[in-house]
Amino acid sequence: MSAASESRSFRFPRIPISAWIGLIVSGLFLFAAIFAPWVAPFGNAQIVGDVWEPISGAHWLGTDNLGRDLLSRMIFGARTTITIAAAATVLSFGLGSVLGFTAAVIGGWFDQLLSRGVDLLMSIPTLIFALVVLSVLPGTMLILILVMGILDATRVYRLARAVAVDINVMDFVEAAKLRGEGRIWVIFREILPNALSPLVAELGLRFIFAVLFLSALSFLGLGVQPPAADWGAMVKENKEGIVFGIPAALIPAAAISILAISVNLVADWVLNRTSDLKGGRGNG
Amino acid sequence: MARTEGKTSKTGKLLEIHNLRIEATVYPPGGDPENVVIVDDVSLTLEPGKVLGLIGESGAGKSTVGLSSMGYGRGGVRITGGKVILNGRDILKDRPGLRKLRGNEVCYVAQSAAAAFNPAHRLMRQVVEASVKHGVCSRAEAERRAVALFRELSLPDPEHIGERFPHQVSGGQLQRVMTAMALCSQPDLIVFDEPTTALDVTTQIDVLAAIKKAIRDTGVAALYITHDLAVVAQVSDDIMVLRHGKKVEYGATQQIIGEPKEEYTRALVSVHHIAHEEKKPAPQPLLLVKNVTASYGGGTVKVLKNVSVDINAGQTLAVVGESGSGKSTLARAITGLLPPSEGSISFEGRTLPPRLAGRSKEDLRQLQMIYQMADVAMNPRQTVGTIIGRPLQFYFGMRGRERKERVLELLDKIEMGKGFLDRYPAELSGGQKQRVCIARSLAAKPKLIICDEVTSALDPLVANGILKLLLELQKEENVAYLFITHDLATVKSIADSIAVMYRGEVVRYGPKSEVLKPPFDAYTDLLLSSVPQMQVGWLEKAISGRRMEAAGN
Repeated sequence: MSAASESRSFRFPRIPISAWIGLIVSGLFLFAAIFAPWVAPFGNAQIVGDVWEPISGAHWLGTDNLGRDLLSRMIFGARTTITIAAAATVLSFGLGSVLGFTAAVIGGWFDQLLSRGVDLLMSIPTLIFALVVLSVLPGTMLILILVMGILDATRVYRLARAVAVDINVMDFVEAAKLRGEGRIWVIFREILPNALSPLVAELGLRFIFAVLFLSALSFLGLGVQPPAADWGAMVKENKEGIVFGIPAALIPAAAISILAISVNLVADWVLNRTSDLKGGRGNG
Repeated sequence: MARTEGKTSKTGKLLEIHNLRIEATVYPPGGDPENVVIVDDVSLTLEPGKVLGLIGESGAGKSTVGLSSMGYGRGGVRITGGKVILNGRDILKDRPGLRKLRGNEVCYVAQSAAAAFNPAHRLMRQVVEASVKHGVCSRAEAERRAVALFRELSLPDPEHIGERFPHQVSGGQLQRVMTAMALCSQPDLIVFDEPTTALDVTTQIDVLAAIKKAIRDTGVAALYITHDLAVVAQVSDDIMVLRHGKKVEYGATQQIIGEPKEEYTRALVSVHHIAHEEKKPAPQPLLLVKNVTASYGGGTVKVLKNVSVDINAGQTLAVVGESGSGKSTLARAITGLLPPSEGSISFEGRTLPPRLAGRSKEDLRQLQMIYQMADVAMNPRQTVGTIIGRPLQFYFGMRGRERKERVLELLDKIEMGKGFLDRYPAELSGGQKQRVCIARSLAAKPKLIICDEVTSALDPLVANGILKLLLELQKEENVAYLFITHDLATVKSIADSIAVMYRGEVVRYGPKSEVLKPPFDAYTDLLLSSVPQMQVGWLEKAISGRRMEAAGN
C-alpha cells in the first residue's frame, strides 16, 4: 500500500524525444507568430532590395518576387497562417463535437436532421464550396475562419458522433441516465472524456488540414489578401522563381510541412497520454 | 481414433512439464519496467488419454500453464525456465517446430467461442483448416471427419451445421463446434480454456457431457482449465490447484474434492455456504409488478409475458432463468428503460410512470441498479471518489468536505480504505470494482437495488465476499434487492423469495422454501439438476435424470 501511495505523488512526466522535437519546433513557430513585429528584421511589406536576392547575411532567406525580406514575410506569415488555422480548428471542433455528441445522445429525428445536413455539406467538395462562398463574401479574416471552421466541422461531427454512439450504449452512461442526469452531464462528463483520444488525434490532423486548406485558398487568390503574408500565398507569389532555380517558393512550402510534422508529433504524445486509463500514471 | 501408439516417450507420458517458469515485463505507474514471475516452479505429467484439471482464480496462471504445452506465451509473456516435453521431445528447444505442433499435436479450445471464430467464414472451413494446413488429410476427408464429430458432440443437423456462420448458432453449440475443430486434426492433447464458463448452467451441462464423451471416445488427452471445481470434478482424472502462479495441491480428483490437504483448496471446496435466514413476507410489498408485458421492436417480439412479482422492504427476490428468459428485461421494465406495453409497476403504493423520463428524481433515487460488468458500469475516466460522490451531490446536494466524508464512510462500508479515493477503475481488481458499484448505489440511500448478475463475472471466492457484503448491507440499511442470476447456488444463499423465469414467463414463484421444495415443475427441476455438484459422477446422474431439454439460447 505504501508503494502505491508513493507512486501517487507527482512526478515530472517523461516526454519522449519525438514529442520534445515536436514541442520545440511548434513552440518556435508559435513564438515567431506571437512576437512577429519584434522578431522580424524588416517590415512585412517593406521593399528592401532586389527581386529574388540569394541568401545573404543581410537577408537570411533572401528576398521575394518584389524584393521584400523573405524571413520577415515568413514570420508575419506564421502569424496569419497559425491564427486562422488555429481559430478554424477550434471552431470546427467546438461545433462538430458538441453537435456530434448531442446527435448521438438524443438520436431519432434530431440525429437524422443533423446527419443528413452534414451529408449534404460534405457532398460538395470543400474547396469548391469555399470558393463559391468566398467569392461572394468579403475576404476578411473572420469570414475565412468561419467558412473553414464550418466546413471542417462536418468531418469532426462524423467522427464525434460515431465515437459517441458507441459510448452512449455503455453501462456507465445507462447508469447516469438511470440516476436522472441531464443531457449536459451525460455529454460533457460521461461521453466527452472517453471520446477525447480519437478527437485529439483528429485535432492534430485537422489543424494541419486547416493550414493546407488556407494555403490552397491563398494560392488560388481567395484566402489572405496581399500585401498580408501567408505561407500559401507566398508559395504562389514566388512560384515563377522555381523555373529560374530560385528556392523562394520552397521555403514557405517547407515551413508548412515542418509545422505539419511537429504538430502531429505533439498530438501523438498527447494521444498516448489521454488514452491511458490510469490518470497518466504510467502504462501498466 | 487416437494415433498415440509409438509416438509417446519411453516413460509412457504424453506431456511432462518440469519446473516451468514464466515471466513477463510490467510497466508499473511511474517506475521502471519490472519483471514479474507469473508461473513459478510448476511441474506436471499427463498420460495419453487422461484429463488433468487446472483450477484457480483469475490471475492464478492456469491459462498460462495450459498454453505453455504448445509453447505459447500470451500477451508477451516469456517462458524463461523449465522443460515442456511433449511426445518425448522438448518443444521449447525447437522454436520453428512449434508451428507444426500447434493445431496438429496440441489443439486449443478458447473460453469465448464467439470471439474465437472468424465471423466472416463458414464454420466448416474453420473447423477443417488446421487438418488441411498440416496435411493430416484431404479437405474432403477432414470434412467427413468433422461431420462425424458434430454428430459425436450431439450438434443438431450435423450434415449441414458446417454451412452456417458463427452468428447463426447458439453459444453452447458454438463451443461444441470449437471442440470439434480441436478434435478434427486428431491431436494427442487438447487444452480446454474455460470452455463452459460463459454458458448457462443448463447449456453447460450439455457441453460438458459432449466434451466428456468426445474425450472418452477419441482417447485424446486434455488439460481442462477452469475456476469451477465442481465442473472439473466431472471431467478430469487429476486436478492441480494453482494460486499466484504456484502449485498449491496436485492429486487425484477424488482426493482433491474429498479430502483436500491444503487450506486454500478447502476454501475452494466449501465456497458456497452462506447462512441466510428466510424472512417472512410483509403484508405491504415495496414494489409491485403487475401483469407486465414488454416487447422489443415495436411489439413484434414479446420478451415479457404477463409477469407479476412483488418485493418486500428489506428482502431479496431472486429472479432465476437461463439467458434469454427475460430476467434482465424485467429489470429494464422496472427501471423504466423499456416501458412495458401492458401492466403496471407500483412502488410504495404509488404507480410509477412507465417511462424513465417521466419519473421524478425521488423515484429514481429510491431505485438503484448494479450491473454484471462492473468495469463498464463505471466511467473509466472518473476516480472512485467522483463515482461514489456523484449520487451524493446529485441527490442530496452534498459538496466539498461533507461529500468527501460520506464517500469515505461508504468506502469503509464496502471494506475498502481511503487510499482508493483517487484511483481509477482500471486500477482496481474485479471484486473491488463491483464493491465500488455497490457503494455508488448505496450512496443514493435507495429502498431497492436491482442486482443484475452482479457476481457471475467474478471468481467464486470473490463472489462469495460480495454476496456476504450485500447481505450485511441489507441488514444495516434495510434495502431490498431484486437479484437477477442464473446461478442457483447464489439464490439458495441469499434469497427470501424466488421467481423462476422461462421464455418470458414466470413459471414458479413464491418464498424460497416453497420454491425449492419438491415436487418441481419440469423447468425448475432442469435448473436445479444442472447446477454442478462437487462429486464425481454427478454429470451422468444429472443427464439421465433430466425431464426436458434446455431452451438452447
